[in-house]
Amino acid sequence: MSKVVEGLYYTESHEWVKVEGEFAYIGITDFAQHQLGNIVYVDIPEVGDEIKQEEEFGAVESVKAASDLLSPVSGTIVEVNEKLSDEPELINKNAFDSWILKVKLSDASELNSLMDSKAYAEICE
Amino acid sequence: METLKTCLHDKHLALGAKMMPFGGFDMPIEYTSIVEEHNAVRHAAGIFDVSHMGEILIKGEDSERYINHIFTNNISRAAIGKIFYGMMLYPTGGVVEDLLVYKKADKEFFLVVNAANIAKDYEWMIENSKGYNVEIINQSDYYGEVAVQGPKAFETIEKYIGIEVNDLEFYTFKELQYEGETIIVSRTGYTGEDGFELYGSHNFINKTWDLLVQSKEVLPCGLGCRDTLRFEVGLPLYGHELDQDITPLEAGLGSFVKLDKEEFIGKDAILKQKAEGVKRKIVGIELVDKAIPRSGYDVEINGQKIGYVTTGYNSISTGKSVCLALIDSEYAALGTDVDVRIRKKEFKGQVVKKRFYEKNYKK
Repeated sequence: MSKVVEGLYYTESHEWVKVEGEFAYIGITDFAQHQLGNIVYVDIPEVGDEIKQEEEFGAVESVKAASDLLSPVSGTIVEVNEKLSDEPELINKNAFDSWILKVKLSDASELNSLMDSKAYAEICE
Repeated sequence: METLKTCLHDKHLALGAKMMPFGGFDMPIEYTSIVEEHNAVRHAAGIFDVSHMGEILIKGEDSERYINHIFTNNISRAAIGKIFYGMMLYPTGGVVEDLLVYKKADKEFFLVVNAANIAKDYEWMIENSKGYNVEIINQSDYYGEVAVQGPKAFETIEKYIGIEVNDLEFYTFKELQYEGETIIVSRTGYTGEDGFELYGSHNFINKTWDLLVQSKEVLPCGLGCRDTLRFEVGLPLYGHELDQDITPLEAGLGSFVKLDKEEFIGKDAILKQKAEGVKRKIVGIELVDKAIPRSGYDVEINGQKIGYVTTGYNSISTGKSVCLALIDSEYAALGTDVDVRIRKKEFKGQVVKKRFYEKNYKK
């Protein structure tokens, strides 16, 4: 079944956030990749773009569906995972290793509104 | 409406399929992955539960004349065992349904229609049968159907079901006795590969499914890859490339509309459209980028909408993002530059042939 990794923050729309100091990595969960099936395209914004909590910032597309990405936090994009443009299927292989964006957090207190691994595991039941 | 189940529903659940409603039925979309299932059909063999499809029997003295009246193709003087693809049209030229007609006997025909349209089609047939001596019998509840598709379809059916099928030519069928019942086997499909469709009792369909799936040489395939497979070879799906507002000429299916027939419902409208020229057409579009142009997205030139996507995917067989789209005819020439609007962004593309992958039929 779907894996949940401890120590990350989660959203109800199945994104995960890994915090490292003032930066955060954002990806989609194993549950989400499993629901989507074969991922063929990741629509990612550009470095320097601002993202806002709960707002759409891109999309993950599988053969059968497009799923909007909702930002778990607000901040400025400092890096995007270039590997995903050639190998979007990496998300299917390991969703928690395949971060999509690295952002500089603009408001770390937003993290308090996210779920921990235990709460997230429950909504994936 | 309550969601219906096919006779193989329990098998889908046991295999852990992802299920979704389709045409009023709870159907398997994929078992393992659309990509794996798609590739199995292109390179080996896959089996699809298509028991949701409808089967309607037409028999009686005027059967042939009646079908020629409601159907765009010409079934006159056909050999028994021959199958025709064509459409039933409204008087406006829009499509009631696209369907297959199997000639079982001189005065007996077996019609295969889309699940979502069974009730509509049956009513349409009854309504338009006045003055014709025919019986119209909906046999959809009796028949189950599986499609076995792919280059290894014929040998696996012969080996595991024990019936000869390789003698059948493309778009022909035969009736066979199998354990006390009459089954129907046709060399048809909806994937662009060689393959067969088998019709019989629920018992026969369950047995066929089990024998082929347990052989491990035929992969269970869901409706997800059925759509990607038919799409790649440019086959239309009712509700997307065809519907009540899209004519066969717009869909590029004029060769299945026999305008030299004395009459059929919709003929006048099609003749008129042909004389005036079609104003919009289904075309293929290939995008430069990998974003997926999905059904309903706008097609534009210089920010002006010229049509919309009817079906689109990142083609599993070619890796390209491509779509079928209904656009203004003036922009339909091959090589025309167009944009597809995907999530507020414009993606560049070009009009290409509708066949994104070559069919591999055995003719």
